Amino acid sequence: MSYLRNSAAVWVPTVIALATLLVVWEVAVWGFGIESWLLAPPSAVFGELYDSPGLLVGHAGTTLTEIILGFAISISIGVVLATGIVWSRVIERSVFPIIIASQTIPIFALAPLLIIWIGTDIMSKVVVVVLFTFFPVVISLVTGLRSVDSEMVDMLRTLGATPYQTFSKLMVPTALPNFFAGMKVAAVISVIGAVIGEWFSADRGLGAVIIVAHSNLDMPTLFGAIFTLAVIGIGLTVLVSLIERKALFWHESSFPV
Amino acid sequence: MGSISGWTGAVVGQRSGISGVPDQPSASQDPLLAVSGVGFQYESIDVLEDIDLAVDRGEFVALVGPSGCGKSTLLNLISGVLAPSAGHIEVAGVNELVSRLGHVSYMQQKDLLLPWRTVSENGRLGLELRGVGATESEAEVAHLAESFGLADVLGSMPWQLSGGMRQRVALLRALLPDNAVLLLDEPFGALDAITRSGLQQWLLNVLDRAEKAVLLVTHDVEEAILLGDRVLVMAPDPGRIVAEVEINLDSAATNGPRITTARDFVETKRQILELLSNGAVSP
Repeated sequence: MSYLRNSAAVWVPTVIALATLLVVWEVAVWGFGIESWLLAPPSAVFGELYDSPGLLVGHAGTTLTEIILGFAISISIGVVLATGIVWSRVIERSVFPIIIASQTIPIFALAPLLIIWIGTDIMSKVVVVVLFTFFPVVISLVTGLRSVDSEMVDMLRTLGATPYQTFSKLMVPTALPNFFAGMKVAAVISVIGAVIGEWFSADRGLGAVIIVAHSNLDMPTLFGAIFTLAVIGIGLTVLVSLIERKALFWHESSFPV
Repeated sequence: MGSISGWTGAVVGQRSGISGVPDQPSASQDPLLAVSGVGFQYESIDVLEDIDLAVDRGEFVALVGPSGCGKSTLLNLISGVLAPSAGHIEVAGVNELVSRLGHVSYMQQKDLLLPWRTVSENGRLGLELRGVGATESEAEVAHLAESFGLADVLGSMPWQLSGGMRQRVALLRALLPDNAVLLLDEPFGALDAITRSGLQQWLLNVLDRAEKAVLLVTHDVEEAILLGDRVLVMAPDPGRIVAEVEINLDSAATNGPRITTARDFVETKRQILELLSNGAVSP
């Protein structure tokens, strides 16, 4: 496992592809004579990041706080809801339809409402992140907990397992692969949630930076903010993947190929 | 389905080594496992009908029957996973459903090892569920692991083991809680022939040391004769016991693969196969 993760064969194609993209972008901007207020070349974006790191880092801190708080609340709510749904038919039939229906409402449209209700501080953005991310967490956990093998359940019962022991020693570990898949989806869209929340009210955070830079046609700053958001999204996904590899060392997905 | 009932209690044969046993269950004092008049319905279809059997301490009884005759269902009823629609099941004199779960050792056809646990952690699962501490239960696993040929793989993960080894871990897990009754459901069914015959021999050696009542379910007649002191023959639709054959082979002293080609072994096998095919005929 580890030799694969660390080997150059894994990273080199990714790095080459990214570098090629940046070079094509840079050459295209200069070659076609595109005005820098329309499309900033990568050199200008990285120059901006280098010249005024404080601006972006400070705002990135705000956005990251919203994302991490929202993500943590999502997982807590998701675990409670999924456990209840799997545990009880009554909870499943009452709560599950509401959860599904809630996802048909465009959360994007709810964001302005939430700002009015909760206020313009960080909590309104956290709530938007939660609304975006709890669904994949709940769905993946419910699927995971349900994927338990009934023969395994019977085996544990013949060994005298209580329902709680069956849940903790069989269902929870069985659900982990699905749970991590859902967490990876949630990690990516949590960034979207935070930015959308910030667009509607914030004076802090990378979403706010984008709005201000956009009205000033300050392309290097705008692209710098987008780049920073991408880094946050990638970082969160990598973090979830690393925890997944530790937790699922036994699972087929982490076996040496 | 009338004609089959003629086989119940039939005198099976007079040839050497085989004796017919006219009545079910065999008369015995205080059997560890006693099943009387048990029936089971699933969606108003009779899966099992009027099952009587008894297994004494130190006795190994094999139950043979075609696929789908309800053999595994019977084990699920005895272990307490399912509740019978009719009749009684007594384990060590106790006749209550709740008390059987956790008190009958049951090894299924699949090894059902938890993939996130090491061999040792899988082996001690039954003890762990009873609240025995990790140190103590791991010591018990290590103690048994020697005779199970698992001493070197206690720290391995299940996917690193061969099929035969996985089955031995499953048996160890089933045996560790030290219940008086052991149920085996096609324990070697998924293994290749060579591994299977090795494990059959090994199983007899391991179990001789344990004072248990063992009930083995199989569709392999040779396995039933090799392992069983008695063989019960089942017929399907609905599942019921149609005959009982006592195994008392002169050639039993002959160890190893030659036993299955000995004359009395082959003769016993022919008798049981006849009983099976008669039972399988749809009336």
